[in-house]
Amino acid sequence: MQIVWTSTLHSYMPIFVSFLHPLQQSQFLFYCCLISLSSLHAGKALNRPILRFQSSSWVRTVSRTGKSRGPEEPRIGVFICHCGSNIADIVDVKEVVDFASKFPNVVFAVDERYVCSEPGQALIRENIRKHKLNRVIVASCSPRMHETTFRKALEAEGLNPFLLEITNLREQCSWVHMHEPRKATQKAKVLVASAIAKATLLEPLTPMKFSVTPAALVIGGGIAGIQASLDLANIGFKVHLVEKTPSIGGHMAQLDKTFPTLDCSACILTPKMVDVSRHPNITLWSYSEVESISGFIGNFKATIVEKARYINKSLCTGCGTCASKCPVKTIPNEFDLGLGTRSVAYIPFPQAVPLIYTIDKENCLYFTKGVCRVCEKTCPFKAVDFNQQDKKVEIEVGTIVIATGYDLFDANRKPEYGYKQYKNVLTNLEFERLISAAGPTGGQLVRPSDGRAPKKIAFVQCIGSRDILTNPYCSRVCCMASVKQAHQAKEKYPDAKVFVFYIDLRTFGKGYEEFLWRVQEEGVNLVRGKVAEIYRKPKDENLTVLFEDTLLGQTREMDFDMVILAAGLEPRVDAQQIQKALKLSMSPDSFFLEAHPKLRPVETHIAGVYLCGCAQGPKDIPDVVAQASAAASQASIPLIQGEVVSEPTIAYVDKELCCSCKICESVCVYDAIEADETDEEKRAKVNEALCVGCGSCAAACPARAITMYGFTKEQISKQLAALLTEPT
Amino acid sequence: MNKLKFAFYWGASCGGCEIAVLDINEKILEVITLADIVFWPVAMDVKYKEVEAMADNSIDVCFFNGAVRTDEQEHMAKLLRKKAKTLVAFGSCACDGCVIGLGNLWDKETIFERAYIETPSTKNPNAVYPKTSITTKEGKLTLPRFYDTVKTLGQTVDVDYFLSGCPPPVPLILQAVEAISKNELPPKGSILMPSKSVCDECPREKKDKKLDKLKRIYELQDDQESCFWDQGVICMGPATRAGCEAQCPKVNMPCTGCDGPSPGVVDQGAAIISALASIATNDEVINQAVDPIGTFYKYSLANSILRRRVIKK
Repeated sequence: MQIVWTSTLHSYMPIFVSFLHPLQQSQFLFYCCLISLSSLHAGKALNRPILRFQSSSWVRTVSRTGKSRGPEEPRIGVFICHCGSNIADIVDVKEVVDFASKFPNVVFAVDERYVCSEPGQALIRENIRKHKLNRVIVASCSPRMHETTFRKALEAEGLNPFLLEITNLREQCSWVHMHEPRKATQKAKVLVASAIAKATLLEPLTPMKFSVTPAALVIGGGIAGIQASLDLANIGFKVHLVEKTPSIGGHMAQLDKTFPTLDCSACILTPKMVDVSRHPNITLWSYSEVESISGFIGNFKATIVEKARYINKSLCTGCGTCASKCPVKTIPNEFDLGLGTRSVAYIPFPQAVPLIYTIDKENCLYFTKGVCRVCEKTCPFKAVDFNQQDKKVEIEVGTIVIATGYDLFDANRKPEYGYKQYKNVLTNLEFERLISAAGPTGGQLVRPSDGRAPKKIAFVQCIGSRDILTNPYCSRVCCMASVKQAHQAKEKYPDAKVFVFYIDLRTFGKGYEEFLWRVQEEGVNLVRGKVAEIYRKPKDENLTVLFEDTLLGQTREMDFDMVILAAGLEPRVDAQQIQKALKLSMSPDSFFLEAHPKLRPVETHIAGVYLCGCAQGPKDIPDVVAQASAAASQASIPLIQGEVVSEPTIAYVDKELCCSCKICESVCVYDAIEADETDEEKRAKVNEALCVGCGSCAAACPARAITMYGFTKEQISKQLAALLTEPT
Repeated sequence: MNKLKFAFYWGASCGGCEIAVLDINEKILEVITLADIVFWPVAMDVKYKEVEAMADNSIDVCFFNGAVRTDEQEHMAKLLRKKAKTLVAFGSCACDGCVIGLGNLWDKETIFERAYIETPSTKNPNAVYPKTSITTKEGKLTLPRFYDTVKTLGQTVDVDYFLSGCPPPVPLILQAVEAISKNELPPKGSILMPSKSVCDECPREKKDKKLDKLKRIYELQDDQESCFWDQGVICMGPATRAGCEAQCPKVNMPCTGCDGPSPGVVDQGAAIISALASIATNDEVINQAVDPIGTFYKYSLANSILRRRVIKK
């Protein structure tokens, strides 16, 4: 005798599903779990009434849905789409139409070549009128494609758009059963039967509207944040731009020249920085961080911490007296990546915006030893204020743009290249500071070890990128950065020998390949092969590069005066704070994840939050600027509309059934459901604006007090019953 | 005033429900003034044939405890349904199958094998199993037929009211009797219990729940104040109907679910399983749930969506 479980799967499914991230759970799969609570089996089959209720003399009466079902008898129209040949070549659509027409509430069923086309939509509208349809089923492609299209057709005929049910005969039927037309047809019938079952229970739903605060928050003051802020401000909205460091400008401000046009980076960036500081619509929060964000699209609240500079920003004129008088001038300058030094009172670079000095508390003699105060005494404007405290400011915004940028890959994680061990091994970004006229050497390209001009320079590509041990992705900018720097080296020292060691040279942008040709003609040597290791010669700090020349098929060694590592781009270490605060998703590489890689590249899964720049993934300046403008444009849409409409397919708590166990609160990643503090019994309450309708709470609720509008237990039970019934 | 006629019967049960009736103590006297007990096998010698002889609908209320596992119980369930105007499924076995219903994890063959051969205390070298009839020199002796599947009373006959619990709480029994006496019974099909969860009656404080490790009750240093879930112990409270006044949690034992599914719940086990899975922070937590059926379906297996293990012969 063999004993097996049959229905176990259904009941245990929630376990497996619940371990997935809500965003990974398709709504339907999730609600399949709710079969466990279907009234179906326990009702008729077990000869026991499901709606077991009490008269008022016993206890309070249970109200199950909180809504009336509407008096009308369902009149269902079924529209079966051929999708050209996509469905009709596999599924016998005529047979499905015949099958559908036999259901009691189906008053009309028809097939159509493309239901999504204009004539197809007209067909729906015409038959809604003709047959007085009050429920519409479209059996076509995924609802992700045309749900909105068909909802609008219903709306145009005065029907509530949520009286539409889509069943997917393409992705979930014809495409996956391409070689089994008979079975596909049978499955199509089952799918249509299940849609009919659900449609009989569909109820009209009303979307909710929320007003929008006409302001935006831009996090990050690099070129992405600058561009997004300027665009939003120019459209006419108030912008709060928050930058962590004392000045905006980001990585772009550190670059000497940009590829392939060789524009001076500062020359093209600083006018934009000045525009930001002067724009009447932009409030610049420099040396500030976003501490927390709450709320939802249209109504975000953010707490910004403005760190103490110990210099009064309204009094400081940027004259620099404090810096010049400051006795401690040997602090490694972060902006120059430690290649140069600065005073304790400093601005990161001469064109800093805002032009306000900052006192570095950690290195200040007054803060560490209680002496000095020279800056305080010498400041002509009495702007120094050692008693300044961090200031918290709460702002309200309608939308948020994330432009937090990137961190440079720490080349120490590849110790074989000797970064920080050998003085003459530098990164691309350090090279930028060396060759910049505003840099620590005044633009002299010299070896850090002895200040001599290098005669032989190597550029080593893909440090930390395209490497399974560190980051598998391509950082996209390093090939062009090295090629451009090779050109700059040749420009400074035409006799120098310059080598670029690469795996593949990716010069994909406009004018990039042409630039590469030019650089090759200038005599830069390109060697295809990954560098294995770099050794130092102790006597002269020269470097030996061990590499495989894959075109020659040889392992070779070559000596250089200087080696430049093309360190890749990585997500910001502190990006997770923002990710947690806003419940954003990250892609596997830990950059922020866009809502759709092709069609929604600057939106996130959280309504009202947009991405641009390297926070979303490595990219070069033209791409960053284009994406920043796109994000600004997207972020302005709700602000211009003035109100946002939210999907009504969200969770609803039956207070009579809720037992205040707080399990729903624990599972909601959107903080959209929590104990109602105004309720004496602390029963759960849904924040309708935050709820995205993922269904986690409904599946988790042990008292089954939570209903998902559009996916009620009754609807899903009926649907499942139909799915489990053999079609005739 | 015409006295009412009450009947009590026990199907597959432990006898605890009978004790619960007696637990109403001196109130039993009021019951007796209110009604004549015409049939009560545990206390009175009334033969089945005498019940058969009664007129249909002559019994006002029959309280039926125990599940239906033999043909005798099925016969009596059907007989009492016919004879009684109002049939009350009394106790967890009659309502949901209770522990008796866990027999649905096996079938008659495996149960007999276990009970009459395998158990260490059994000596049965000739492998003798109970038979439904045997002829002796005194005549033919019969035993009821033992079914593969335990059914609830509701799965066997039409039931008017349900009063669950293992056993039903005394105040609810009194409330039911009072309602009967005043003719104030709710609509047919009602459960004569509060429309709430055990949590609604439980004084323990509930907080945000994230489970990274499950504890069994012997591993717990109970703080006696916070929700068992918050202390890493499975408690059936949220999916279990109230009425017991959270007796167990009040004396530091988690609810095991004897009052049956709470008002919104159909499958008590599934409700708790999906809750547990939702708040578990890792897969291990699920594996730590020892004896899932015995934990989640202790009282409700026979009346759940699962109902029983499928027998394939």
